[in-house]
Amino acid sequence: MSGAVVGVDVGGTFTDLILMEPDSGAVRLAKVPSTPANQAAGVLAALDRAAASFADIAAIVHGTTVTTNALLERKLSRCGLITTQGFRDILELGRRTRPHAYGLIGSFTPLIPRELRIEVPERMDAAGEVLVPLDEDAVRAALATLEAAGCDSLVIHFLHSYKNPRHEERALAIARECWPGGHATAGHAILSEFREYERGVAAAVNACVQPLLHRYLDQLESELGARGYGRELLVIQGNGGSVSARSAAAKAVNTVLSGPASGVMAAAAIGRAAGCRDLITFDTGGTSADVGLVLEGVPAVTAEMELEHGMPIHVPMVDVHTVGAGGGSIARIDEAGLLQVGPESAGAQPGPICYGRGGARPTLTDANLILGRLDPDSLLAVDSPIAAGAVRAVFAETVGGPLGLDAEDAAAAVIRIANDRMAGAIRMATLARGHDPRDFVLFAFGGAGPMHAAALAAELGIPQVMIPARPGITSAVGCITADIRHDFVNTANAPLADVDMAGVREILECQAAQGREAIADEGVAVGAIACHHSADMQFEGQTHLLTVPVERPDATREALQQAFEAAYWERFAVALDTIRPVLVNLHTAVIGARPAVPLAALAGARQAATLDEALIGSRRVWFPAGWQETPVYDRERLPADASFEGPAIIQQTDCTSVVEPGNRAALDAIGNLIVEIGP
Amino acid sequence: MSSLDPITLGVVQSGLQQVCNEMDLAFVRSAFSPVISEGLDRSDGIYAKEDGKLIAQGELGLPVFVGTMQFSTEHLIATKPSVREGDIFAVNDPYLGGTHLMDVRFAMPFFYRGAHFAWLSNTGHWPDTGGMVPGGFSARATEVVQEGLRFPPVKLYKEGRIDEELLSIILSNIRVPEQRIGDIEAQSSALLVGARRMTALLDKYGAALVEDVIAEMRRRAAQQMRAKIATIPDGTYRGHAQVDSDGVVNEPLTIDMRVRVAGTELHFDMARSSPPCAGPMNSVAATTKSSIYLAIRHVFPDVPINAGMFEPLHIDEPRGTFLHAEYPRPVSGCAAEVSQRIAEAVFDALAQAIPERLFAAPAGTSGNFAVGGTDPARARDFVMYLFTGGGYGGSPAGDGLTNGCSTIGISKSQPIEVMEQKYPVLFQEYSLHEGSGGAGRWRGGFGVTYACTLRRGAANASMVMDHGRTGPNGAQGGEPGGVNTVDVIRADGTSYRPPHLSKDQEIALRPGDTVRVSTPGGGGYGDASERDPALVLRDVMRGYYTADEAARLFGVVFRGDPLQVDEAATAARREGARVPPKPQPSPATSRSSKRSRSADLRNLPVDVRGISSTKT
Repeated sequence: MSGAVVGVDVGGTFTDLILMEPDSGAVRLAKVPSTPANQAAGVLAALDRAAASFADIAAIVHGTTVTTNALLERKLSRCGLITTQGFRDILELGRRTRPHAYGLIGSFTPLIPRELRIEVPERMDAAGEVLVPLDEDAVRAALATLEAAGCDSLVIHFLHSYKNPRHEERALAIARECWPGGHATAGHAILSEFREYERGVAAAVNACVQPLLHRYLDQLESELGARGYGRELLVIQGNGGSVSARSAAAKAVNTVLSGPASGVMAAAAIGRAAGCRDLITFDTGGTSADVGLVLEGVPAVTAEMELEHGMPIHVPMVDVHTVGAGGGSIARIDEAGLLQVGPESAGAQPGPICYGRGGARPTLTDANLILGRLDPDSLLAVDSPIAAGAVRAVFAETVGGPLGLDAEDAAAAVIRIANDRMAGAIRMATLARGHDPRDFVLFAFGGAGPMHAAALAAELGIPQVMIPARPGITSAVGCITADIRHDFVNTANAPLADVDMAGVREILECQAAQGREAIADEGVAVGAIACHHSADMQFEGQTHLLTVPVERPDATREALQQAFEAAYWERFAVALDTIRPVLVNLHTAVIGARPAVPLAALAGARQAATLDEALIGSRRVWFPAGWQETPVYDRERLPADASFEGPAIIQQTDCTSVVEPGNRAALDAIGNLIVEIGP
Repeated sequence: MSSLDPITLGVVQSGLQQVCNEMDLAFVRSAFSPVISEGLDRSDGIYAKEDGKLIAQGELGLPVFVGTMQFSTEHLIATKPSVREGDIFAVNDPYLGGTHLMDVRFAMPFFYRGAHFAWLSNTGHWPDTGGMVPGGFSARATEVVQEGLRFPPVKLYKEGRIDEELLSIILSNIRVPEQRIGDIEAQSSALLVGARRMTALLDKYGAALVEDVIAEMRRRAAQQMRAKIATIPDGTYRGHAQVDSDGVVNEPLTIDMRVRVAGTELHFDMARSSPPCAGPMNSVAATTKSSIYLAIRHVFPDVPINAGMFEPLHIDEPRGTFLHAEYPRPVSGCAAEVSQRIAEAVFDALAQAIPERLFAAPAGTSGNFAVGGTDPARARDFVMYLFTGGGYGGSPAGDGLTNGCSTIGISKSQPIEVMEQKYPVLFQEYSLHEGSGGAGRWRGGFGVTYACTLRRGAANASMVMDHGRTGPNGAQGGEPGGVNTVDVIRADGTSYRPPHLSKDQEIALRPGDTVRVSTPGGGGYGDASERDPALVLRDVMRGYYTADEAARLFGVVFRGDPLQVDEAATAARREGARVPPKPQPSPATSRSSKRSRSADLRNLPVDVRGISSTKT
């Protein structure tokens, strides 16, 4: 492939862009305010800012939050459901959960209201045998009713369609004849997996955002076309892979939660290039800290994410554990007299006090400012500057007062509590899943991640922190490093001893073939295509699943048994040789490699010859052992062989990294800042 | 104490909490019993070495175990056991700080640097502990011996090694024993996870500081609880709840709950409740207390759970009532059903004191339904359990939740597709129980209706449910939620309704027979005639209520097609239905004829001396 590749990621505050010319290694960056009403405006503004020449671009890879935001804000398409007689309320009844363990007040609103859920006679049993044939006239009547009710999207969701999709396929074919707009989703086509609520929600989520994503991508494509761009437009999915814009809307649900995923993908790619294959990724922005795992160079993926109460998204997603602790997290004293930081966030509006946008409550960012870790003069998002004294006064009053601390000690306490919550998130993502954080490198990014990473690593015994060259635009980097990816699943759900292994092979081979076909249809340039198979397994009688890799479609029964027992031992340190394993689901991820990008180019070309030349100045900075006069370096000017002791502050346009006293920092071969945590 | 700054306090406190959360997670992820792994019917916590008082408890533990493990650990300590590192005690005796036999508690003395520092305990619901019916929920047991194997605190693990002899006694007395060893391993390994994390925490902060934090957190929780109680007007408030029957004698059991608010203390008196019952609807002392704790926690969810929270709550032991069962009273219904009625009685009382913070009663039955039989297609026996949710009560915050889990649980329901895979049944329906949400300004949420047909073989159905006689209470003039119904529709078209309405046992099923169950809706909050007519119309368009029902319940007049609210006629109708000039616009008196029971029983607050004369 010749020509530049562009990654453009829309975040809550900023739209980030990276343009890379793979042959020359030339890099251009842009950061512009996001435009929530129409994200395309921000995308085009970023392209303009980077002065991109459309004739020279070969591919634009786009991470969008259009679908995630639409779901969280419930600004959805009007969607109708056609379902099995007797079961239209599945989507409203859910799994009998309540929003909080304690407190019996709370509400749940199904994605599709009851008046738009219509039942038709049809029924399969669990073996896929037809008990009641599909009433096709009833399907036509239901379609007419839903159309008259103003629906612009449709879900067809029948019981046991994962076992036998024939009725769903037939109903879909009827819909194709007469349903206007063509937005119709069949449950089995999104998630061919048992559990009617989860499969139905995946299909409903897909249908509710499909027209929005379709319109958005159409508009973006035509605006790009109007500017003379007619080459590849790819969209990032929650599984961390990309897909052509043309096929993205068909499985719109896959784009949900793609934002955190692309950051983890970038971390994996950068880690692989740097020779670090096991990473804890730590992405902290304004409202949350997102923790992911990269094992053997591959991001951990889960099919059990939940977007909010009652909204499970069981398509494969990069496994990200989120805790509400970020730069905008608000500090307050609770009823027990204890300091709490987050989960309430000042967000981008009104934002921290120091942004001068009207924020009046103390935030983590403000605490970092008071303690000299952030430079008040180089904040990116400031509307009207606020005097440091004013920020200090708020801390002294609202945090310091009740705790008997002065403003500085109050700010230090806020940082300690925030670090504690972030460390808790890392413990839950590692220790609670059977991993020891000491075996990992902490890969820190996002606007606020590198400010806290060294302290967290010390707290958790993690020996090394890696901060990429461009921590503030890591998700955009993830766009240009992402491969094309399609995921498939089918349910077996039988004791391994009874499973028809020829059938297993057929399912896996069929899933692989479907993936290759999908990639061929997209017409996107890919190199090698790899198929990764895996199986969800459990011991008979259990409900939780353990996913184990399946090396090849013709894997033997014994190989599956051994792989499962080994994985179970590793996770729980329990061997249960008297109980039978069950093969539940079969997954295939089909991955088409995109052309590699030279990540070393991210370091830029402004490097100085000596460390002294990279020195901007120095200031007093707070550390747990006290205030210290601390040198401040310009990240982009750090020489390739830079190596120095902490404490140090390293600044760049959109990110500040803190090297604590006792740490040792250096750049690696591709420009990552490596911080060794002292003993 | 001097070294204890508020920041360290918060960090260590969250560290203790995290130890418990990790125990919860380890237990649930490796358990076999679906009641534990899917139903989350388990809890893990840390308890004081000397008196067993609660130090911290996992956030995702089953709410009804909020207090029981403390009582259980107390009882264990009272036996003055010899403890060594690696010992784990197991106990399921209901009368020794327990619930029912199926809830098996493990307690491990945790040693730090050779010294006993605290107890780590957990509870897991085993799917079977023997007894006259699979699963232990017999609706007709008349003594605990019929309900299953009962064991006092026994040292199941001695210095890290399981006692094979004890294990073999247990496994020889329960059904499906081969999977239980998996659960025992899961339950004990969760405690070991806790021990490792506790050790790391103590290594970091030192035992003395952690002890200071524990004492301080307890003090602060008590202070916080007292601050909440101080906002409740002083007085005595009388709440009421009713259990349909005990399963043996077909008469209702009454809970009479007097909550006396005195400054910063709450006193609970249940002495006028029904006497002990013949069937399994007795509650043991630990469960009764725990139910009150969990009710208070539902009302004030932000008070941390530790022994301090319990300090201002004074519960008079209701000796001589069915809420204080002693050996050999059968108790299988106490954790799932009676506990929820106790909580409802607390809600009912507090709704009069602080109506702005309460909600009408939730459906409050676990809806235990079991079908056991033989599947000829697979040539093996099966037992299918189904637990269902119901509607929650309306509240000043809005309408109640539809299909919420039991008050005392946090579990997910089983997917229909999973049941049909595993058992020879076919569901005809799984739908919203229309009309069941109690009418009110904020209506209750809706229950569930399901219909389950046996496809082949022969089977017996049993159920322990409740609220078949009376729906969950409304509050502030709201109507009660719809009642629970059970009907067996035979293949030949005849039908059967259990005489006890919500409880029955060994109903023989043949292929084609269908059991149809509708669970209760939540109570309504506030006068139904004050509900926004637009919301009533929306509810009718959704089929939640028929137009006739809505007109009757909410006083709304509809017209036209498509349906519209006739505003003028609605206003006139609502005005006409209102009792003429209200001298005292208090919620209790504004309702006139609609809820006679509440008008009779719940004039608030009740004078203490007045109450004694109303003793039944």
